[in-house]
Amino acid sequence: MMLKRPSFWLILILSALFIYLPLHGQNVPLREDLVLVAIAIILSSNLNLMIGYTGYVNFGHIVFYGLGGYIGLYLTTVRGWNLVVAALAAGVAVGFLALLFGLGILRLRGAYFALATIGVLEAVQAFVINFDPWGRSTGMFLSFTSYQSWGGAMRALWIDYYLIIGIMALSMILSLGIKISKFGLGLFAIRENEDAAAVLGVNTTVYKAIVYSVSAFLPAVAGALMFFKNGTIDPFIAFEFMLSLEGIVMLMLGGQGSVIGAALGAGMYEWLRSFLLTSPKLSDFQLVIAGGLLLIVILFAPGGLIGWVYRLVPKSRGVLE
Amino acid sequence: MTPLLEVKNVSKRFGGLLAVSDVSFTLNQGEILGLIGPNGAGKTTLFNVVNGVYKSDGGSIRFDGHNLSGESPHRVVHLGLARTHQIVQPLNEMTVRDNVTVGACFGREYLGLNAAHEVAYEVLEQVGMAGRANMLARSLTIAGKKRLEVARALAAKPKLLLLDEVLAGLNPTEITQMIELVRSIRERGVSVFMIEHLMQAVMNLSDRIVVLNFGQKLAEGRPEEVARDPQVIEAYLGDPNIAEKLTEKN
Repeated sequence: MMLKRPSFWLILILSALFIYLPLHGQNVPLREDLVLVAIAIILSSNLNLMIGYTGYVNFGHIVFYGLGGYIGLYLTTVRGWNLVVAALAAGVAVGFLALLFGLGILRLRGAYFALATIGVLEAVQAFVINFDPWGRSTGMFLSFTSYQSWGGAMRALWIDYYLIIGIMALSMILSLGIKISKFGLGLFAIRENEDAAAVLGVNTTVYKAIVYSVSAFLPAVAGALMFFKNGTIDPFIAFEFMLSLEGIVMLMLGGQGSVIGAALGAGMYEWLRSFLLTSPKLSDFQLVIAGGLLLIVILFAPGGLIGWVYRLVPKSRGVLE
Repeated sequence: MTPLLEVKNVSKRFGGLLAVSDVSFTLNQGEILGLIGPNGAGKTTLFNVVNGVYKSDGGSIRFDGHNLSGESPHRVVHLGLARTHQIVQPLNEMTVRDNVTVGACFGREYLGLNAAHEVAYEVLEQVGMAGRANMLARSLTIAGKKRLEVARALAAKPKLLLLDEVLAGLNPTEITQMIELVRSIRERGVSVFMIEHLMQAVMNLSDRIVVLNFGQKLAEGRPEEVARDPQVIEAYLGDPNIAEKLTEKN
């Protein structure tokens, strides 16, 4: 099924480019730019499962990424685990935690659910600020010995980059896989009309809890990999509310509900942000512009960039899923 | 023969309002049972209790050997009881075919996506909507949306179909088509329990009729019996000669 989808091949080509481009001449600055885009794509793709597919706006999505980062850094530095195992463990642990959170807060709908997700983010941040093993508000630092098992810091960072690209590809493939599955059909039914979906036989409680948990897994793995690369973590960087909001902007900009749209929005937003941050006159206005952009998209192009492409070339709807 | 649906002493209370009060009736295999009564009599509430949207306050509901009391709506569909909504609930931004595919995917047979697509196509043919399969549900007319409600419910391959005012808001041609559709559904072996205000249609279609008034069962019986019942005439029909008027055309 998957192999027949043009979007699947598009995802593979995009990932191959991410691997190939910085490799050329060991271009570290380019790699550092691309890793931010990759993280943005991971976050917006997984957020898309909640917002675009299920119709539940999650303002606290970044909590999964931050928790993954903490668990990953703790396991590699304090416990001396291998990075890959630690990242997977972080994903599983956070996915399970999300399942528990989800069963609690997914009884709420609309604005109430959105508020509860902010509550989850704040609660987790407050917990971590007071949690001794994770260094309270000063956070944790990676010991450089962790890099040695990978053949030194230089090599470790490149390997970490490729792992993050792998998670980016997986995020998009997961989004596509869910979109063309029965599970995805059930989610879309919930998005359109949750009561009608239940009367049609969709077990809405279980479906919502599963998708919430699934949307937590890969961001947590990515968090573990990214903070391993950064070498340091603290509760204010890991659980930054602004990053959660930016994820929503990316998704709306690209086109919620669309796999390619979510990635497109992430790429566009990251490009715009790097442009604004480096421009001396505009660097203070990055968030103002993000807010304005969100307003314009919601008012005039609720389908986002991809919706605009669909309208321009109706046939692209089947190709760019 | 044990009845397909057996409702015994069921009540439903909303705060101080007793919306359904101690109602009992049975529905037999292959039957079309009509449910009539004035606005606010508790007809839709009774549907909602039967299919699990509301929990009943006392009483028992048995369907096809299962106890439905306390079951959630999605479980009720899996057991073979599907319904339509009085106020249509299309999945607006999905195509007509996807709407029906949802019904087939999560219905009694819990089909996989490919099998469900085929069932959806068959059902759309059956209800005469195959030509509109790729339209968005939101762009259908009200008659189309009512038909879609029926198609989605049928795709679940139910043993019993609850129809909540499928004729309301349709023009005379559409009503004739819908009546034909309900007949064809029964001919395929699906039992039907229908709420309807259009007396001529419900009198002609139903094998038996249950009348609700203020949440209580006022009468039950064959259409002509019910239409002659002085209590029913007083509470709902208003015309003592209605039985003759409605049945003479048949």
